[in-house]
Amino acid sequence: VEPHGPVCKLLHLHLIMEVLPTYMDVEHSRAYIDQLYSNDSHKCFQAVSELKFAVIGSVREKGTIIEQGVVVRLLQILRSSELDILLKTEVVTVLNSLAKGLPEHASSLVQAGLLPALWEQIETCAGGSGTSAYTQMILCCLRSVYRQGCAPPPPSWDHKLLTTLIQHGYHPPSNQECVANILAHACKTCEQQQQLVDAGGADLVACMLCSPVSRVQLPALHCLAAMCYKNERVSSILATKSYGGKAVPDLLVGLMARDRPRDMQLAAATSLTFLHRAGALSADDPKIIFKTLQCLVRMCRRDREVWERVEAANTLAYLTEVSTELQRTAAMTDHLIHTMNDYLKDTTSSAGASAPQGICGSPISCRQYDNPSTWPELMLEAALKVYASLGANDEDIRQRVIKTDGLMNTIVTSLSAACPAVQLAAVRCLHSLSRSVHTLRTTFQDHMVWRPLMTVLKTSSSEELVTVASSTLCNLLLEFSPSKEHILDQGAVEFLCGLTRRPHPGLRLNAVWALMNMAFQAEHRVKVSILHHLGTDQIFRLLSDTDVHILMKTLGLLRNLLSTKGHIDQIMQCHGKEIMQAIILILEGEHSAEVKEQALCILANIADGDMAKNAIMSNEDVLKKLMNYMVIPNVKLQIAATFCISNLIWNVEEGAAERQNKLRDMGVYKLLQNLMTTTDTALFDKVKTALQQFH
Amino acid sequence: MKMATSSGRCSVEPPLFGPHTGHDPIKALYPMVNEEETPLPRCWSSKDKYSFIGLTQNNLRVHYKGHGKNHKDAASVRATNPIPAACGLYYYEVKIVSKGRDGYMGIGLSSQGVNMNRLPGWDKNSFGYHGDDGHSFCSSGSGHPYGPTFTTGDVIGCGINLIDNVCFYTKNGHYLGVAFTDLPPQLYPTVGLQTPGEVVDANFGQAPFVFDIGEMMRESQCRVRTTIQNFPVPDTYGQWQTMLHRMVSTYLVHHGYCATAEAFARSTSQDFDEELTSIKNRQKIQKLVLGGRLGEAIETVQQLYPGLLENNHNLLFMLKVRQFIEMVNGTDTEVRGVSRSPSRPPTHESSPSPPCWSNGRTTDPVPGTSSTPPSSSTTSTPVIQQHTSVIQSTKNVISSGQTSASPVTTEELNQRNAQDLRASSPPSATNGTTPVIHLPVPSGSSSSSSSSSSTSSNSSSNMHDSDTEMECMEANSHHLQETNNSLGDTSHSNGFSNGFSKDIDIQDDENEEAMEVENSVGSRKMCGGNPDAIGRMLAFGKEVQHMSQVLRRELGKNDHNKKILQDAFSLLAYNDPWNSPVGWQLDPLQREPVCQSLNSAILESHHLPRRPPLEICVAHTKQLISLMSRSGIGSCAFASVDSLLGSQQ
Repeated sequence: VEPHGPVCKLLHLHLIMEVLPTYMDVEHSRAYIDQLYSNDSHKCFQAVSELKFAVIGSVREKGTIIEQGVVVRLLQILRSSELDILLKTEVVTVLNSLAKGLPEHASSLVQAGLLPALWEQIETCAGGSGTSAYTQMILCCLRSVYRQGCAPPPPSWDHKLLTTLIQHGYHPPSNQECVANILAHACKTCEQQQQLVDAGGADLVACMLCSPVSRVQLPALHCLAAMCYKNERVSSILATKSYGGKAVPDLLVGLMARDRPRDMQLAAATSLTFLHRAGALSADDPKIIFKTLQCLVRMCRRDREVWERVEAANTLAYLTEVSTELQRTAAMTDHLIHTMNDYLKDTTSSAGASAPQGICGSPISCRQYDNPSTWPELMLEAALKVYASLGANDEDIRQRVIKTDGLMNTIVTSLSAACPAVQLAAVRCLHSLSRSVHTLRTTFQDHMVWRPLMTVLKTSSSEELVTVASSTLCNLLLEFSPSKEHILDQGAVEFLCGLTRRPHPGLRLNAVWALMNMAFQAEHRVKVSILHHLGTDQIFRLLSDTDVHILMKTLGLLRNLLSTKGHIDQIMQCHGKEIMQAIILILEGEHSAEVKEQALCILANIADGDMAKNAIMSNEDVLKKLMNYMVIPNVKLQIAATFCISNLIWNVEEGAAERQNKLRDMGVYKLLQNLMTTTDTALFDKVKTALQQFH
Repeated sequence: MKMATSSGRCSVEPPLFGPHTGHDPIKALYPMVNEEETPLPRCWSSKDKYSFIGLTQNNLRVHYKGHGKNHKDAASVRATNPIPAACGLYYYEVKIVSKGRDGYMGIGLSSQGVNMNRLPGWDKNSFGYHGDDGHSFCSSGSGHPYGPTFTTGDVIGCGINLIDNVCFYTKNGHYLGVAFTDLPPQLYPTVGLQTPGEVVDANFGQAPFVFDIGEMMRESQCRVRTTIQNFPVPDTYGQWQTMLHRMVSTYLVHHGYCATAEAFARSTSQDFDEELTSIKNRQKIQKLVLGGRLGEAIETVQQLYPGLLENNHNLLFMLKVRQFIEMVNGTDTEVRGVSRSPSRPPTHESSPSPPCWSNGRTTDPVPGTSSTPPSSSTTSTPVIQQHTSVIQSTKNVISSGQTSASPVTTEELNQRNAQDLRASSPPSATNGTTPVIHLPVPSGSSSSSSSSSSTSSNSSSNMHDSDTEMECMEANSHHLQETNNSLGDTSHSNGFSNGFSKDIDIQDDENEEAMEVENSVGSRKMCGGNPDAIGRMLAFGKEVQHMSQVLRRELGKNDHNKKILQDAFSLLAYNDPWNSPVGWQLDPLQREPVCQSLNSAILESHHLPRRPPLEICVAHTKQLISLMSRSGIGSCAFASVDSLLGSQQ
């Protein structure tokens, strides 16, 4: 903490200095900077003191000092073992002041190696009491650096160091505040979350939540949120911790009360949200569905600060992303859908706004609100995310969302926004809304959403964005979607086939899925085009994909391609050999029954063709496999195999008698007769139908 | 560290609504509502309803009993009373017991006189949320989409914020948002039903709500408080600050907290309007009155403020009546002197504390303060010649190796102090007159006057040495606290340690004895049971009655005087006046108004305000708040002066 008196004095001095020409300034600085390198510790102390007075309260001075490379010397003093603790304290005070300047200042300190030096010092005085001025100042300095958001957290914490740090977090409040801030900003990965808990961080956080000092409580909440974000194990530990007889979730509800400061309410709501999403609190827990939800919706109101509204909406979107119950409750709470509409329009508020001071958002959104010109974008993004979550599962809510004034236009424009985050939110929203058959047929058609969507797909390099966009495309390609034709016109086949070659499994899955949807009841030319662009090689590759979902969708694609007689014959004529190979590959491979069933279904489809039948009939190996599947103890596979046989021997078709004879010779007829004893009605029906075909 | 300054403020739970009033949960929700003026809605009105409405279960359950063919069969019922503005935030819940045939139910608010053959919301000054379509109806036949529909099993809450004049609803504890704005005043909770089988139950607060309205109230309270605290005051050249300082200072002076007043004045660089001597005199008089020693008080006033009582007959009469009561009580010197050793001063009764602020602080100092005279066994206690010095320090006691466990007698203390003083003071001071006061106050009036004169001379001599005095006094009071802890005497309030130290020494010792005696005495007797004292009391009674007649002749009839005299005389009608219907007069607390009147009269005679501006300001504020309540300004609900002052602690 910077002392008060000298600040005022130096602000005055600083004013004088600004009037003076620059060379004077440099001369002035040099005077004590030279002394800084003195071996006389007294002189050195004098110099550091003067330096302190110069930098406190002056951003410009901080910059100059850093540029002059003074930091190196300061760190040198810090590290030297023989120098006086008072001098070192003074040095850390200067460093702390420098760290509080611009983010660039803090990051150049980090580059100069400030962090290891400070950690080292913390370790050295670990034996001493945590209340010493030196330790306090080091913690303050670490806090200032971390709060700037430019310090990379240690990839993995040193357990001893972490333990020391946590010990300092119990007393006094000034140390608590620093430790909470450091931990909140330096806890990013799953590993760090676990380490923090192992070192006793959960108990510390519970203790700090009960502090009477709000400046401790707030960073403690941020720390808690950072610890439990997407971490089930840590969350379940934290949710069962208690302090003073109150469990952590109850403490959080207390801090979320409506008469608490707003940033505190928001931080507590965020913590509860993360606990819920990590499975530690269920959606129907009153703490979540009543308290947290209402708090977040309340924070979205127009009378709040922009950053609060953005933060609250983002958290709300995350809270309601999965649970239908939460989505329904949120949708009826305090006109939320309407409130979000304000976010879309609110572009004026920040026009002349200056950078806000003292925003204390969570470490996750550190520095995000520094530039007011980005606020409209942030609001837009947050609102689209909320809409995406709200409309994820419930058709009624979806319809209410779609009716929101101007939303569709906003989504369409946002799809081509310059900011990737806004694009992503828009695609997410579109994806949620695309789950409605009604919307696909009406609104999406009216707004020609496929156009910007295809542009996003073709131009974006962000995998996340393309994943969500291709998911949306899957829905737009459903057979009842009028967009389907337009999307084909946009060269979707070629694009999707390209997508199946991407390393990201999500992208491959979506691409095959989209192709499958596209091939469903499609015209022949579309099917040919798919086969042409995909190529049989790629089909083989997809069929040997480690991701079973991709395999299934590929088989589905084949099934859709091989439907209706005409198409089957034509396709088999060109690619029969490869397709049969592929099927045999699957039937012989180590796959689950579902996969094999799909393969048998494809065979059945092939057996439905006129000429294509020969591909099976001429392959005794395949026939034997079919007979084998008819007797294995899996009804679904038996049905699929029987169905295939039944197609092969279908009476009215040319050459049926020939095929019947061949199969009868192989013993199929007998097999069928044996199957008549089955208790499964579906199988019985298939068997009966097949037997009736035999003359 | 900067941190410490910001600590606590937000984590201290403010007391929600002051002390709980009884076990009425509805009243407890709205503590600022004066139900004598504006009763709260507690059930549905059996009169203010359409005939198709039936009420059961203490008029809390509503059912429909019409044909329900179309909207012309709609029927509503209003609550017994309109919602008082002083609720600030009003809320009630309705549980849908059965949606009946079609579930055409409306929940909301309406003014008196709105047609009851309608659902709430359809007419002017009527507002409703309807279950069948979830629409809100704002004085109109056509609704707006508002919330979800509701049906059997749902609990719908209707809230009205009387600060912003908006109405909101909740469904099963979920906040649905504002439905109506710009509401008129004086609305009644209203429900309407339209088809057979519809049944709803109301909860006006008699049972816990599904929705957490308490938290919303705390938010409003927080908001109002912030508004008050952030209210801009034009403070040019620190005038505002100075005014606040003056208010505090005048308050302290008024009640005679002179040491505190001095310290405050010094740290805020102000002057007094009154001389320190004068403050101390008033303090002495107040103490006598509050101690029940009215006779002495009257004499002291006559001595120090000649002409004051002579020109204010009603005040004198009031004092005399009180003196009579104290005689009955056995506390006045006149009767006490008889019952006990004549040279023994009476027991200190209670420390003066400002009556206006007396939220719990002006209680009886110790049990048994309305003391009865001791039994004869204690009258044999040897009389101690009591000397005490104003400049007296506990340091002496401690340095002499005495511990609080074995308290020094006052005698010893005084002697030691006197020696101390003689040793350290210049010879002129040891002359025997100024610093050492001879204080046993004898029963005779002549010595009583000498006592007061010596007190006044003593006070004036203190003027130039006030710093030392204060220090010593503080030390003194600490010492006393230690020695008296066993007695449970916790009344070492400001005034106690500030001004009365010279008497305290004597009296606390005295107290100790008196109380021991009291504990052993079974019941209290009139005038301490002493026949002589009863004689004096009766004689005094006649004197007072005579005075009343004279007064009546000279000043005309005065109902107040008549009543107080009647009440006082009624005490004689009972064997045990303390347990009689007029026994309240004997409560030491009743000395306070008398004390106030006397203090105010003295101040007025010196052209100083009768009441300190601070108290006037508080009284004004309270008055304004009740005026706000009457004028329908809802914020008054969260502007309780007491809770606002309480939260500052």
